[in-house]
Formats: sequence, structure tokens, C-alpha cells
Amino acid sequence: MSGTIVRRANAEPRWLRVTLTVLGLGFLFFFLALPLVAVFAEAFAGGWGAYREALSHPEALSAIGLTIFIAVVVLPFNIAVGVAAAWAIAKFDFRGKSLLITLIDLPFAVSPVVVGLVFLLIFGAQGVFGPWLAEHDIKIVFALPGMIIVTLFITFPFVARELIPLMQAQGKDEEEAAVSLGASGWQMFFRVTLPNIKWGLLYGVILANARAMGEFGAVSVVSGHIRGETNTLPLYVEIIYNEYNAVGAFAAASVLALLALVTLVAKTLVEWKMRQETEMLDTALPPEKTE
Amino acid sequence: MKRVLPGFGLSLGFTLVYLSLLILLPLSGLAFKASSLTFEQFWSVATGERALAAYRVTFGASLVAALINAFFGLVVAWVLVRYPFPGKRLVDSLVDLPFALPTAVAGITLATLYAGNGWIGRFLEPLGLQIAFTPLGIVVALTFIGLPFVVRTLQPVIEDIEPEVEEAAATLGASRLQTFWRVLLPGIFPALLTGFTLAFSRAVGEYGSVIFIAGNMPLISEITPLLIISKLEQYDVVGATALASVMLAISFVLLLAVNGLQWWAANRHHGKERVSL
Repeated sequence: MSGTIVRRANAEPRWLRVTLTVLGLGFLFFFLALPLVAVFAEAFAGGWGAYREALSHPEALSAIGLTIFIAVVVLPFNIAVGVAAAWAIAKFDFRGKSLLITLIDLPFAVSPVVVGLVFLLIFGAQGVFGPWLAEHDIKIVFALPGMIIVTLFITFPFVARELIPLMQAQGKDEEEAAVSLGASGWQMFFRVTLPNIKWGLLYGVILANARAMGEFGAVSVVSGHIRGETNTLPLYVEIIYNEYNAVGAFAAASVLALLALVTLVAKTLVEWKMRQETEMLDTALPPEKTE
Repeated sequence: MKRVLPGFGLSLGFTLVYLSLLILLPLSGLAFKASSLTFEQFWSVATGERALAAYRVTFGASLVAALINAFFGLVVAWVLVRYPFPGKRLVDSLVDLPFALPTAVAGITLATLYAGNGWIGRFLEPLGLQIAFTPLGIVVALTFIGLPFVVRTLQPVIEDIEPEVEEAAATLGASRLQTFWRVLLPGIFPALLTGFTLAFSRAVGEYGSVIFIAGNMPLISEITPLLIISKLEQYDVVGATALASVMLAISFVLLLAVNGLQWWAANRHHGKERVSL
């Protein structure tokens, strides 16, 4: 008898549970599952042949290549600054630390269009460095360098904000032990720190990569939309969609949707791996003394 | 006290130089450029008829979308944490889709789904409900974009609720609704508000997913980021700068609001979870 009372205390009546589940899952169905299915349905609306033809178009191929190229250039910078920022913030105390953490979030808060405009104002023809760049025949906006710079801006926070809480939770005992046993700074980093943070780092890189390859607004402003030259895959999707080439647009979009799915799977696997390692650590350690 | 660990100067120095060169100096460049406008120039653009209409559309649609996400996000987070159902882990992973799917893809897909002949639009149009190419379309796109924020901020907080609290309320004679309203909701409210603000702040700056479904009619369904772009396309750098600096100022305010809310939520729950934009 008392068992039923306790169970009721922590649970909604059956009708309410069913209602809430249907409401929540229905919302996710209409807003997540249906769009995802629609991308592929539209891409294959003209059959497999039309799909392959749309993707083997030279402009589509060059857009895919450019998208990958930008991500490959940008990610090492993200890793370097993300690890450096997390190291300083997680392992040391200094004044202005919380301000620094807030500033790291800044790129998330700024509209991508504003980001693009900012770099247009600096490197564009009428910008601060415009005349100097024109004199030396260097093109930054409406060219690849500008697209790389805005992508660096947009993706800046991902790695750092994954690593900061992780490294704070891990503390600094292991590194201090390594140093007092005579390890050099880089030995300590590669043998102790890096193995500890590898999954968190990978997690940040996966998120940064998805954003780098998918960024639209900021890249659109500084790209100049030169076909076959400064079109990333998202920009290419826009151009051919506006030309009423739905199959072409959704074929290109399906590649990006596939990237999103791979991102979600990789993210889930890394989360699982991280949880497993924390649990292993918990069971490996002797129970804490309660005195 | 002497620092045992190496690399403090190097790592902090590198971070500060990188942050200054890539983020802070360029953003202050915008503020500098805006300050070179005369007040009349700035004011006539920033409060022009088209700009005011764009703010109304942007903030109105963002607010509605964030409210929708606050309600359904709470339901989804609750269901995901509390109720068992088959395929739960799959559904849980899928919640992050809007973070992973490029905005342009979301834009063309939602526009196709909600157009008059689309999978969803064909059922709504006979009811007199037109979504694509109206302000309602903007709300749909912004709801999609902001969906993960509320769910992901709430999940860890709902997981941390101690069962004793609910049991105590029930023992003292509270109905389930009273327990939720008086005991549970106050506990998760800071996180709910944080998720709402994150979703709102993301929606305000959003561009890629909106432009395909909005119809982009000046004064009716034109968002502020799009107005900035169309000023740029007309070589109206002054106009674009004025509007962008308004948007930048609002971003700062929202960032500070999110930080304040997270501090409030963390100090009430000692949680370390933070969800990012």
C-alpha cells in the first residue's frame, strides 16, 4: 500500500505522462525528424542519376573542396588557442579570469552578418587597410583569406569551452607530479595533459568543424559569391536554390546534412567514451575515507 | 607563491594576442567606424522606418520562437529525463541537430516543407494558415535554430532534482500539479530562463535559416541582419555600420544577461553545466 503512494508522489498520472510524451516527441518529429527526412527526399526526387549528376557538377565539386580546405586550415588554429586558453584558465589563478571567459563566448553572441561586415570594414576597399592592400595587390575580402578569417572568428570558442570545465575538474595534481619528477613542460603536456583531455579536445574539434563547414552568414558577406572560386557548399546551396534548381540545391544540401549526421554520431560516441572513462576512474580509485 | 606548472605566460599571452587581434580589435573597429558617423546620420538610419520595422520583426519573431522553445523545451527535457521509451538515446542525440545542420540547409528545407505544396504546408494552407514567406515562417525557422538550448540547459538540472523534495511535498499533501508549480518549477526556473535567453539571443542574430522562408518583404518580413546585407549591396556602408552597431550593442547586453543568469543558476545549484550558443 505505502509502495503505491511513494510511486505516485514522484510520478505524474498515466494520462499526463502519455500526453507529455506525445507532445514532446511530436514537437521533435515536426521540427527535427521531418526536416531531416525532407532533405534527402528532395535530393532524390529526381532519382539517383539526377542526384549523382547534380553532385558531380564542377561547381559543386569545387564548393565541396573549398569547404573542406577552409575547415582544414581553421581547425589547427582552434586547437592551439583552445588548448592555450583552457590551460591558462583551468590551471592558474589570475585577475580578470571571468572577464576572459566571457570574452571567449563573444563570437557566439555576435550575429554572423555583423561579423562579416566587421571584416569588410577593415579589409574592404574603403576599409582601414583597404588602400594599403590594394597598393600591394593583396586581396582579403571577396577572396579566400577573408573567408578563412571570418571562419576563425566564428569557430573560436568551441574548443576552449569544451576544455575549460574538463581541465578544471581534472585539477593539476597529475601535471604537478610530472613536473616534480623532472618532466619538461612539453613532456608533461604530451604525456600527461594531452592523454587526459583527448576526448574533450576531439569533442570541441567536432563541433568547430561542423560550424566551420556549415557557416553561411559571415562567409556570405565576405565571399563576393564568385562562382567556382569563393563558393563554399552552403553558399552554393543558396545560389542554385535561388535559380529554382531544387534537386541540385538539395543534393548539395544532403551532403551537408550527412555531415550533420556524422557530427551527431561522432559527438554521441565521444560523449559515451568520456562517460566510460570517468566511470573507470571512479571504480579504479579506492573509496574515500569518511573521517 | 611560486607556480609549479609551466606555461602560464605563454598560454595566457598567446590567448590574449589571438583574442585581441581576431575578435576585440575588429569589433572595436566597428564601434570606431560607427563613432565617425554624425549623430544625425546614425540616428536617421538606426531609427528609420525600415529599420524600426526590421527590429520589430526580428525581436518579435525571436521572442515568440524562444517562448515556444521554453515551453516545448521543458516538456522535451522532462520526458527525456523522466520517462522511459524506446529509442530514447536516438531522440536525445537528435536534439542537437540544429547545432550540427548548416543554417542554409535548414532554411531551404523548412521553406520547402511549409510552402503551399510542401509536406506540412499543404495541410495548413486549406485552413487559411500560410507560413512560408510570412512572418510566421520566420518564427518556424527561429524555433528550429533555438530548439537545443532550453533542452540542454534543463536536462542536467532536472536530473539533479532530489526525489526527497518531491516526496516531502507529496507527503505534506500537495497534488502533483502543486508540487510542480510550487516546488519543482522554482528550482528549475533559472535554467529555464537561461535557455530561453540563449535561444532568444541566437535567434536575434540568425540569418541563414531565415532568409529562405521569410519572403523578405521590407517592413513586413525583413529581419535586421538581412537589412544590413541589403544596405551593403547598395554600397550604403554608413547605413550598414549604424545598424550593425545597434545589433552589436544588443548582443553585448544579451551576453551579459546570459552570464548573469548562469551565475544565478550555478549559485543556486552548484552546477557547472554551461550550454553555449
